[in-house]
Amino acid sequence: AVSTGEDRSLEMETCPLVKNILLLDSEGKRVAVKYCSDDWPTNSAKEAFEKAIFNKTQKTNARTEAEVTMFENYIAVYKFVQDLHFYVTGGEDENELILASALQGFFDAVGLLLRGNVDKKEALENLDLILLCLDEIVDGGIILETDANVIAGKVASNSIDAGAPLSEQTIGQALATAREHLTRSLLK
Amino acid sequence: MAQPLVKKDDDRDDEMDYSPFMGIEKGAVLQEARVFNDPQLDPRRCSQVITKLLYLLNQGETFTKIEATEVFFAVTKLFQSKDVGLRRMVYLMIKELSPSADEVIIVTSSLMKDMNSRTDMYRANAIRVLCRITDGTLLTQIERYLKQAIVDKNPVVASAALVSGIHLLQTNPEIVKRWSNEVQEAVQSRAALVQFHALGLLHQIRQNDRLAVSKLVTSLTRGTVRSPLAQCLLIRYTSQVIRESGMNNQTGERPFYDYLEGCLRHKAEMVIFEAARAITELSGVTSRELNPAITVLQLFLSSSKPVLRFAAVRTLNKVAMTHPTAVTNCNIDMESLISDQNRSIATLAITTLLKTGNESSVDRLMKQITNFMSDIADEFKIVVVEAIRSLCLKFPLKYRSLMNFLSNILREEGGFDYKKAIVDSIVILIRDIPDAKESGLLHLCEFIEDCEFTYLSTQILHFLGNEGPKTSDPSKYIRYIYNRVILENATVRAAAVSTLAKFGAMVDSLKPRIFILLKRCLFDNDDEVRDRATLYLNTLGGDGSVVETEGEVKEFLFGSFDVPLSNMETSLKNYIQDPSEESFDINSVPKEVKSQPLAEKKAPGKKPTGLGAPPSAPASAADAYEKLLLSIPEFATFGKLFKSSAPVELTEAETEYAVNVVKHIFDNHVVLQYNCTNTIPEQLLENVIVVVDASDAEEFAEIASKPLRSLPYDSPGQIFVAFEKPGGVPAVGKFSNVLRFIVKEVDPSTGEAEEDGVEDEYQLEDLEVVAADYMLKVGVSNFKNAWESMGSDFERLEEYGLGPRDSLTEAVNAVISLLGMQPCEGTEVVATNSRSHTCLLSGVFIGNVKVLVRLSFGIDAQKEVAMKLVVRSEDESVCVAIHEIVASG
Repeated sequence: AVSTGEDRSLEMETCPLVKNILLLDSEGKRVAVKYCSDDWPTNSAKEAFEKAIFNKTQKTNARTEAEVTMFENYIAVYKFVQDLHFYVTGGEDENELILASALQGFFDAVGLLLRGNVDKKEALENLDLILLCLDEIVDGGIILETDANVIAGKVASNSIDAGAPLSEQTIGQALATAREHLTRSLLK
Repeated sequence: MAQPLVKKDDDRDDEMDYSPFMGIEKGAVLQEARVFNDPQLDPRRCSQVITKLLYLLNQGETFTKIEATEVFFAVTKLFQSKDVGLRRMVYLMIKELSPSADEVIIVTSSLMKDMNSRTDMYRANAIRVLCRITDGTLLTQIERYLKQAIVDKNPVVASAALVSGIHLLQTNPEIVKRWSNEVQEAVQSRAALVQFHALGLLHQIRQNDRLAVSKLVTSLTRGTVRSPLAQCLLIRYTSQVIRESGMNNQTGERPFYDYLEGCLRHKAEMVIFEAARAITELSGVTSRELNPAITVLQLFLSSSKPVLRFAAVRTLNKVAMTHPTAVTNCNIDMESLISDQNRSIATLAITTLLKTGNESSVDRLMKQITNFMSDIADEFKIVVVEAIRSLCLKFPLKYRSLMNFLSNILREEGGFDYKKAIVDSIVILIRDIPDAKESGLLHLCEFIEDCEFTYLSTQILHFLGNEGPKTSDPSKYIRYIYNRVILENATVRAAAVSTLAKFGAMVDSLKPRIFILLKRCLFDNDDEVRDRATLYLNTLGGDGSVVETEGEVKEFLFGSFDVPLSNMETSLKNYIQDPSEESFDINSVPKEVKSQPLAEKKAPGKKPTGLGAPPSAPASAADAYEKLLLSIPEFATFGKLFKSSAPVELTEAETEYAVNVVKHIFDNHVVLQYNCTNTIPEQLLENVIVVVDASDAEEFAEIASKPLRSLPYDSPGQIFVAFEKPGGVPAVGKFSNVLRFIVKEVDPSTGEAEEDGVEDEYQLEDLEVVAADYMLKVGVSNFKNAWESMGSDFERLEEYGLGPRDSLTEAVNAVISLLGMQPCEGTEVVATNSRSHTCLLSGVFIGNVKVLVRLSFGIDAQKEVAMKLVVRSEDESVCVAIHEIVASG
């Protein structure tokens, strides 16, 4: 069901498509990735793409605002926090602001789910939440949801403590913690 | 004190490297997965094991078929658990394992149960999983539930069904199309994302029905679409409808333009941008339509968000290619983006400015770019170099500052690709702007004084050998070339020896001194260098006597090789395989050019430019044609070849036989060269001829035809047909062509053809010889000077009405292609909203007569175009001929 590069003109007339979502660490290694395109048929092709995009972006400052780059025949938007690098890739004709909204949704939802402690260690310890989060953002390249509160809510209501789903209020609190944490880390 | 501190750091490092998956190993995790079979399930532990399995898969680990099957069966046991979190991980795991059809059956009932669960999350996820792994047969069973789900009160469930529908439409369109009513209902949903997914699916269901799409767009653009994503979709569909419906001719209004323009005031940036981009991409967009879009994009240029700036500058960059004047308002914002932190944005800004810049702003722009170049990566620099090259060709008078810029950056640090792009650009400028030649050559000389790339050094030396001797003072290049013999590696030394010899052969006054230098090379420690020096000294008469080198020797040493190298290679291989007493005879090598093999032809690559196609691409193609034609005795008396056209395809792509034709124009003759390829492995064609019917070309008389004896599969060959025509007259006419041949069956396994063949023929498309075929595109660097020095002796002025036209641009392009002349100083570009335009053309007409043309166009409110054509040339009859071409065109 995933479209290939051949019908690019068709893609433009249909839905905006996300080709992959990547969460890499500060050395470019995979924390969690989700590919929704046949453009990278093998694991080595995927790794080569990750390495290339990491090298291209690692020196940029994508910590306050999401950044963007043209890359091979793709548009990638990205944002960094601590030792984590978040990427969302789309085709070269994709509306980059749509990709950016998916990135923001992913980035903020992870912030909520990790209660503001967004780093590689925490992400790996809660890998199940990260994977569910990716699953809630795209399905076969089609954007399912971009609102971080909704994404995190859907993931959290499924978490192991099913009896106590995060209420709207706790999500709000978590977001506040996340913001506070971010500000503090910036002030350091 | 220092010791504990270091210790502490070490601890921190350990902590940083800590990972819950450290030392994880596939075999062990697969063992752990046995807990899925426990009678008393521990949901937490099971979830952890699934996470580990997913981690392994995510890191690129693969399971064997047996492993995957075992894990799958174990995971299906977990449906017994009522734990919501565990169930969610089970769903993920099943999707990752992508089970085979017989495995799917095992989970189908569990998933169908979940699809009807009262828990929303179960319903949504079970739908997504089932639709992902199912095949068509199962789909009919669950169709009823999916239709219900589409209109489910819970938006997550509805979205899950709709998105699954979008995927399933690719494989089972007839089923999904039956859900139209439900999908239509979902389009009205209050939930933003449901509306987005429903609209996406509805459009895909109807995409082959233009009228339905048009109705959909008409009704939705009037209503309110809440979700920004859905709004973006609607903009895309609207553009599609506009593209297919065309302009409303009664009022001149474009349907739905108002909707797009209204979206520019939407509160979501993604919608504003989508609409702005859609407007810029409208075909034949007017400046009035374009302006509001440019205005919002301009605002984005100064946004604090890099993604917005990038989106805007990327779009404006594209607009600048077709409507440079529309973008000039943004130039100030664009200039401030040159210092943008994001170098992609900065590069796009620079190249946009280079496209919109006028002659007077070039110098200022170059200053800004110089600072910018030092801190961007090579890949961006290459883009800038290419933009500067086209700017220079557009404003040849500015070659001095642009050439200086190129030579400066050539001296700075950079990788091979970057340096090659600069060198290529200088070579192209030297070729196209005669005034730039001498300074360009000197820049290249200075570059090879300190060039680390052997490839570039040898290519430049070769180029120098061709161009240097033709300059006013060839002696000044010798020092640079001889330095290579002293300082460089063997490959470069050998190239330098050849270049020295060329100067010696071409410039008699330099000969004695060159011979002294060449004699020194006889002591080189490299065989190739010594051999070349010996060869040149002996053939050019290196005994010190100053004699003019004979044409034959020059041709032998430096003439272009008239045998295609691939043919040469094949012949030599055959000779080695089957050795004989006789020595190899180069005349036995077939000279027919084997055009590109089929595989390459299907994917037309980039044209080689610059050094990639040395010594000079257009000239060498012409040379090759001339050689080829002269080698055919029937055509040897036709005299000098004036022009060869680009190949014109006479067959559709991917037909049985691919044929294109090149028109070779001589003073009194026209030779049609049909390049034929047989694309059927099971066929061999013999005695292939083209039967040409010239009854619609009265002035032409067929005088010779050279058929092709045999045309095997994928081995192109040429057929020639020659015509006589009145001398000096630009005779035009239409020719119809039929390919006639004997076809023989070939057994593909043995490659052997059958004895007997059948006669057959194949209709080709018609071919026309037009006035433009008699005109060479030759530019002048300063039109005004050329115009004045030509004088008005034979000037001819005439006015023409061109009738109603789509736009001024279309009219200008039509006249340019009718005349086949070279537009000068970028005057082929018409400003977006202008109602008049002047275009300057230059060329050489058959008989080698220089022609200059000045065209003035005007367009009125009814789109009627009038044109004034002034032509100057050295020959009055040519001026008359030019007017005749336009009058009869």
